[in-house]
Amino acid sequence: MPLQTVLAVIVLWLAIALLGIAFARNLRIVAKILFPLGAAGALVLAAAGFAATLGGTASLVLPLGLPDLPFHLRIDALSGFFLLLLGSVSAGVSVFASGYLRPGEGNAPGLQCLYYHVFLASMALVLVANDAYAFMVFWETMALSSYFLVVSDHAKAEIRSAGFLYILIAHVGAVAILLCFGVLQGGTGDYSFDAMRKVALTPFWGTIAFALALAGFGAKAGIVPLHVWLPEAHPAAPSPASALMSAVMLKTAVYGFLRVMFDLMGTQIWWWGVIVLAVGLATALYGVIFSAVQSDMKRLLAWSSIENIGFIFAGAGLAITFRAYEMRSLAALALTAMLYHSLNHGFFKSLLFLATGSVLHATRERSLGKLGGLIHRMPWVAWLALVGTLAIAGVPPLNGFVSEWLLLQAFLFTPGLPQNYLNMFIPVATAVVVLAAALAGYVMVKFYGVVFLGRPREEKLVDAHDAGPWEKAGLLWLAAGCVILGLLPVSVIDVIDQVNRQLLGQGLGNSSNWLFLAPIKPERSSYSPLLFLAVVALVVLATWYLVRHFYHGRVRRGPAWDCGFPFQTARMQDSAEGFGQPVRQVFEPFFRMRRELPSPEDRAPRYRVTVEDHLWHWLYLPIGRVTEFASTLVNKLQQGRISVYLLYSFLTLIVLLFLVR
Amino acid sequence: MLTIAGIAAQLTELMLAVLLAPLFTGWVNMCRAWMQNKSAPPLLTPYRVLLKLFNKEPVLAQNASPLFRITPYIIFGCMCLAAAIVPTLDINLPFNAAADAIALVGLFALARVFMSLAAMDIGTAFGTLGARREMMIGFLAEPALLMVLFTASLISGSTSLSSIVGQLGRMELMIYPSLAFAGVAFTMVSLAENARIPVDNPATHLELTMIHEAMLLEYSGRHLALMEWAASLKLFAYSCIGIALFVPFGIADGGNWLGILISLPVLAVKLAAGGFLLALIESVSAKMRIFRAPEFLGTAFLLAVLAMLIHFLLES
Amino acid sequence: MALSLPSQFINLLAAMMLLIAFAMLSQRRVLTLINLFALQGLTLTLSTLLVAWATSQPHLYWSALITFLLKVLLLPWILHRLVRKLNVKWDIETLINIPMTMIVGIVLVILAFNLALPISALAGTITRSTLGIALAIVLLAFLMMITRSKAIPQVIGFLAMENGLFFAATSATYGMPMVVELGIALDVLVGMVILGVFFFQIREHFDSLDIRHLEKLKED
Repeated sequence: MPLQTVLAVIVLWLAIALLGIAFARNLRIVAKILFPLGAAGALVLAAAGFAATLGGTASLVLPLGLPDLPFHLRIDALSGFFLLLLGSVSAGVSVFASGYLRPGEGNAPGLQCLYYHVFLASMALVLVANDAYAFMVFWETMALSSYFLVVSDHAKAEIRSAGFLYILIAHVGAVAILLCFGVLQGGTGDYSFDAMRKVALTPFWGTIAFALALAGFGAKAGIVPLHVWLPEAHPAAPSPASALMSAVMLKTAVYGFLRVMFDLMGTQIWWWGVIVLAVGLATALYGVIFSAVQSDMKRLLAWSSIENIGFIFAGAGLAITFRAYEMRSLAALALTAMLYHSLNHGFFKSLLFLATGSVLHATRERSLGKLGGLIHRMPWVAWLALVGTLAIAGVPPLNGFVSEWLLLQAFLFTPGLPQNYLNMFIPVATAVVVLAAALAGYVMVKFYGVVFLGRPREEKLVDAHDAGPWEKAGLLWLAAGCVILGLLPVSVIDVIDQVNRQLLGQGLGNSSNWLFLAPIKPERSSYSPLLFLAVVALVVLATWYLVRHFYHGRVRRGPAWDCGFPFQTARMQDSAEGFGQPVRQVFEPFFRMRRELPSPEDRAPRYRVTVEDHLWHWLYLPIGRVTEFASTLVNKLQQGRISVYLLYSFLTLIVLLFLVR
Repeated sequence: MLTIAGIAAQLTELMLAVLLAPLFTGWVNMCRAWMQNKSAPPLLTPYRVLLKLFNKEPVLAQNASPLFRITPYIIFGCMCLAAAIVPTLDINLPFNAAADAIALVGLFALARVFMSLAAMDIGTAFGTLGARREMMIGFLAEPALLMVLFTASLISGSTSLSSIVGQLGRMELMIYPSLAFAGVAFTMVSLAENARIPVDNPATHLELTMIHEAMLLEYSGRHLALMEWAASLKLFAYSCIGIALFVPFGIADGGNWLGILISLPVLAVKLAAGGFLLALIESVSAKMRIFRAPEFLGTAFLLAVLAMLIHFLLES
Repeated sequence: MALSLPSQFINLLAAMMLLIAFAMLSQRRVLTLINLFALQGLTLTLSTLLVAWATSQPHLYWSALITFLLKVLLLPWILHRLVRKLNVKWDIETLINIPMTMIVGIVLVILAFNLALPISALAGTITRSTLGIALAIVLLAFLMMITRSKAIPQVIGFLAMENGLFFAATSATYGMPMVVELGIALDVLVGMVILGVFFFQIREHFDSLDIRHLEKLKED
């Protein structure tokens, strides 16, 4: 039944999309009826996904599509898990969106409703597609609908160019995926996934399929060096759309990669995993370092998504290597870590993107340098964002920590690999994971501290207002998700273990009980977030009580200490650039920096620093120049005279006639 | 594991740690004064300072948010948990399983994040400066610390601190070059993490060189007392980790009271020696510029990596 | 796997030598570099002595003595004198920045350890597991020669490489025959003298010891 339920939800979403056009300009109906309805559908979808992880697979043929080429659909534990992610995250985002839509921002609300729900439906369809044709159709629908969400504010030139970059790289990736399916069908001509599972590829063709899958799905997920679209496109979209793109759409790419690598492809070679691991680690480090120097809050979060995708791919790489060596329970551990992290990232990243949306609405300001002190004006948003901040910073007892803990445990088992070089290199490479995780803490302190804490850097921030009830509800749902995923890891892992069993034929040798999370062996490692939280909370309460009881609870307010320099303004707090300065200095070779320093005589001194991505200059601009050169060559064909064009057609016809004969 | 006796032993250990941590700080200050030819403050000074601070009325900046007020309690709670996790007297206590070595690093990270956020809350230039530097030290120190813990866990095949200590304590007595390197790396990391010379100076109030103190500038009264107490606890916990990893002899195993009674004086002697060593290091080295810290911690990281590699080559 | 006490100490000394090799790689001052070189020589002497004592190989005492005289006393003294004569106490310039060098160094160590594994499995000496470290020291010294742009650090790199080779010989086969060892010692000494003369020549021609000037000697 789960598959039918999923289809029903998809039909509901499409109907909502159509209703959105019907009531294109009626904000009340769109925001207060259609979006909450979509959220209810999302909850049903999440339940169906959960049911699918427990009960076996089911498939279905939809009599749609081209003649003789119907859509094959299938639901199993893997797609069930990702449907669970999609449903549970988008429920919160949809509720938030119903409070977020405003008249006069970008497209009409009905159009946004259309794109948004088509986007949701296409993501759900991607997750249940069971043949290459259906997969590609839904994949492209997903790309296009999200493109329209990105350019929803299309009056601005930079948003249009961000959208163009996004759609360009999405299509390059789609071509790679298409070719990958072409290799996977192995000459049988049957493009259904069921047929692909039966094909045994030679190592050579397997390697080509692997490379194409990594490039294609990696382009969508934003791995280095295919990440350039992500920090442009995600901030450009309205906040609920950014949240969905970062939190869910990137995960469909992860899903596709897992589907190809662990399900469709029979055999695996160990060094594929090493490549994925290396790419993942590079992506994580690159993403977090750039995230630390951003001064636009949504760009900062977009770069941080790149970092998290890096962690997810690193886990996938480990899983591939372990599986290639038939160490299946360890592969299950690595896979658990990456799936858990996908789920976590879905929750905390959407929470933070939505919080920036509320801040944006309250202040009309995205630049970190002009925010500050919002915890006093927007306490709800600030405290809920704190949950997301701590979760993404990877500190216990919230959810980000659990997946990082699992990933590190998986890394710690690598000395057991039967390969001398790997079992020395990979443990050392663990340092990259730790470094990136610690830098993520740095980034999130910067984000939260500059936006919500301190004093307002601009006068107008005093008028900022807290989020409305719908927005609060959406944020609350996601924050609760972060807390629950953090505190009950054992139950979550039970769900993920079903995916392990499906993909690896073996689950995690889980010796955990309800209190202690202990993968593999309990004496090897254990972690109990509940006990952790209980002890800290008890000590906090006991201390609070004892201090109040034995001393006093008096408090006096006074001005902050000015260090003997009374002329301090709010602008003297660290700006975003200032807070990023240590990272700029320590990781200088990563950046392409331009500094403008004022001379000592300047009457109005200005200090400016711009930080750019080397890869943009080393990789993309040369490709762009080559393309431009090629197109000027092609341009010579364009003469403007009708007779010349007729000549082209004529020549083409002659050549074709010769060829076909 | 979760028996009444076990929990009682755990609570005893926790109370001892909380009560004795300021004594350890006092001992370090005393040794440092001796080495620098000053007349030493009495051993109990930290307690008097705490008592005085608790009695005083805290002054909050006008801009302080509730986050600023709850942070001292949270940090104190984190450090108490850290002191409970680290095997000090007995390696088989109930809370030990709640968090392994990685979770311990996460716990310190939690405290650090809260402290930095609280420092940014008032919105003065110094608070943010301290927060930024503290987070920088954090991301430089954590990889090195994790490498040290990984080396220890590779030797013992576990990341749970009590298993590591049990395993290391049972090993036959011989020279482990990897542990020697890891020990030096750990010492360097602990100096940085506990805001000691050469990375930070616990006694400075010169604004431009402060890291830890810059974050505490706005705290007063009971809040400051809790922060100071938490700092003592952190130093105590780090010393105990060092002791547990590198001189793991004489720690009780099995949770009987006699063993704990015996291990108490052993721990006291080891802590006294450790405090003396810390004071010695602080007296003979000079405070570094802040941007030398990456090199300092990079060296620690290198040592930890070498420790791991040498373990692979020579000891496996 | 209980190792005997001497071999534990030899392992420790080997680890120390590796650490010194890294310290040399990251060192920015010429004088400290020379002192580190002398320290490495001293460690080598000690480990040779230990091997000699543990395995009762009398000829190794002589090697230890030669090492001590040559690498701890004579060569550092010559180098100190050279530095003073040439007045080149400046900081060393590196061609790649130091953190990058360190990371390359770690990669080299992993390579060396893995390359040495099959060889040390063949060797039957009590010190065989240190062979990987010896190889790593050779490679690190080579790396130091590559990344430094001044002549004196390059020479020190060359000498450190010889230290590594000597250590490899001790750990794999309890040292080379005396004749070979004496020959190498003499070679190193002669090489040092020639290089010393060479330094003066370079400086006279280019007024600097930067070996990048030597690129000008190329005919176009």
